[in-house]
Amino acid sequence: MNSEKNIKPVLELKNLHKSFGDNHVLKGFKLKLFEGENLVVMGKSGSGKSVMVKCLVGLIQPDSGSITIKDQDITTMGHKELDLLRTEIGFLFQGSALYDSMTVRENLEFPLRRHKDKIENFQGTEILVKEALENVGLAHAIDLMPAELSGGMQRRVALARALILKPKIIMYDEPTTGLDPITAKEIIHLMRNIQKKYQTSSLIITHDVDCARVISNRMILLVDGINYAEGTFEELSKSDDPQIQAFFKN
Amino acid sequence: MRSLGTLLTIPDLNHSYLPKSLLNLIFPFNKMNKANAIILKTKSFFAEIGDMTLFAGRFFREVFRPPFEFRELLRQCYNMGNRSLLLVGVTGFILGLVFTLQSRPTLMQFGAESWMASMVSLSIVREIGPVIIALICAGRIGSGIGAELGSMRVTEQIDAMEVSGTNPFKYLVVTRIVATTLMLPLLIIMGDAIALLGSAIVENLKGDVSYMLYFNQVFDALKFSDLLPATIKSVFFGFAIGLVGCYKGYHCSKGTVGVGEASNSAVVYISMLLFIIDFIAVFVTDIFFEI
Repeated sequence: MNSEKNIKPVLELKNLHKSFGDNHVLKGFKLKLFEGENLVVMGKSGSGKSVMVKCLVGLIQPDSGSITIKDQDITTMGHKELDLLRTEIGFLFQGSALYDSMTVRENLEFPLRRHKDKIENFQGTEILVKEALENVGLAHAIDLMPAELSGGMQRRVALARALILKPKIIMYDEPTTGLDPITAKEIIHLMRNIQKKYQTSSLIITHDVDCARVISNRMILLVDGINYAEGTFEELSKSDDPQIQAFFKN
Repeated sequence: MRSLGTLLTIPDLNHSYLPKSLLNLIFPFNKMNKANAIILKTKSFFAEIGDMTLFAGRFFREVFRPPFEFRELLRQCYNMGNRSLLLVGVTGFILGLVFTLQSRPTLMQFGAESWMASMVSLSIVREIGPVIIALICAGRIGSGIGAELGSMRVTEQIDAMEVSGTNPFKYLVVTRIVATTLMLPLLIIMGDAIALLGSAIVENLKGDVSYMLYFNQVFDALKFSDLLPATIKSVFFGFAIGLVGCYKGYHCSKGTVGVGEASNSAVVYISMLLFIIDFIAVFVTDIFFEI
């Protein structure tokens, strides 16, 4: 396990606050993600997990607090710098968010249009697209439209798109939500394989206990906008606290 | 202690079992609520106009700044221009046909059938053609943009573009507004030409006027000062269709209901805006070209 005192985090959130009108969603949330780590943030539906992860990529502006990714504070960044930094972050959306007017190939080519220079030893778009699709086992679906794919296949294509720029950090927003248990397991194993292959740091937002058990190195429970508890899956699942236990009961 | 403002807006009488007349007697505040609602709606309308102005400002900042999305611009021009040809053509043809048929008896009463070509051409080129075709395009293109961008917003596709390091405003909004601004004048010119053809057919069948004579009369009647303001006006019509459609879609919320609302309100706002632009254009044309 990483020792927080010695290793510098690749991503750090400090005292994050976000409100929507009278609804105070995040009330001083904090986290650190270390290199090569799989950090799971668990919370009930509507607890602010997705808001937190969208603050991390600059889709939502937090009310206060700091977000540091690779030693750069993204809350004070301009659009250009933020766009450049985003090429180092892969993001898997809850509903896959594939561009439905484009084929699978065009979906994967889209992030490459402006950022080919970010990839070391760039050999061509075609090779990268094929490699990304092979990683998720969907090389045959290259010319299909998103509407022709099943939910699980869409999630895998979205994962391939998140990986195409070879990011160092990957954020998963509810990666298994809406999938059947077998497909959910496939996605979880795919996430593990990708983490091993590319040595990425992953932040996984979920309320799926199976996903957390298989993939997490460390977990944070987000309750009422704050870090309610932190530890490994084993530590938290053995806790006597009824609030924590509620997460692990099936 | 509650403020007067909250006291005036407390009773929610919509779900009461008492008769409405009695409720209005007991709670005169209900009328206040209606007044408040009108004030709030007016305020939000002007706030939206302000937002739209800022949106237009962002368009002008982004449109001249590289990188340029030429391929997407061409795709949008094709979608909006080429795919509207049939609709605009049919509308223009029927417009010219009906306008001539309806005007004929009146002109005949005054023995002024020979003025038909000049009257129809001036009316269509200066006013009816651009406005009707722009309204048709508001329905086809404006609502289409509103619905497309709206569904992209609610399914997080716009967020996905932003996260992948591509500026979605430049890719989705700038290209669409430029495409409508370029395509609408062309569609209107084509629609006007087809409307005149429709009119010529009626004149040929009903009044034994040859096509050559009819179009000679048309070109004699039309001046540069008729064509230029109409074309400039149609550029603004195109801009308004693109701007409002994109604004409504880009700021869509509330799921699939929001997509429907975005598409619907885009058409309503565009139609209103087209008439305002038309009014201003006629006013300005009158100053510079002395109609």
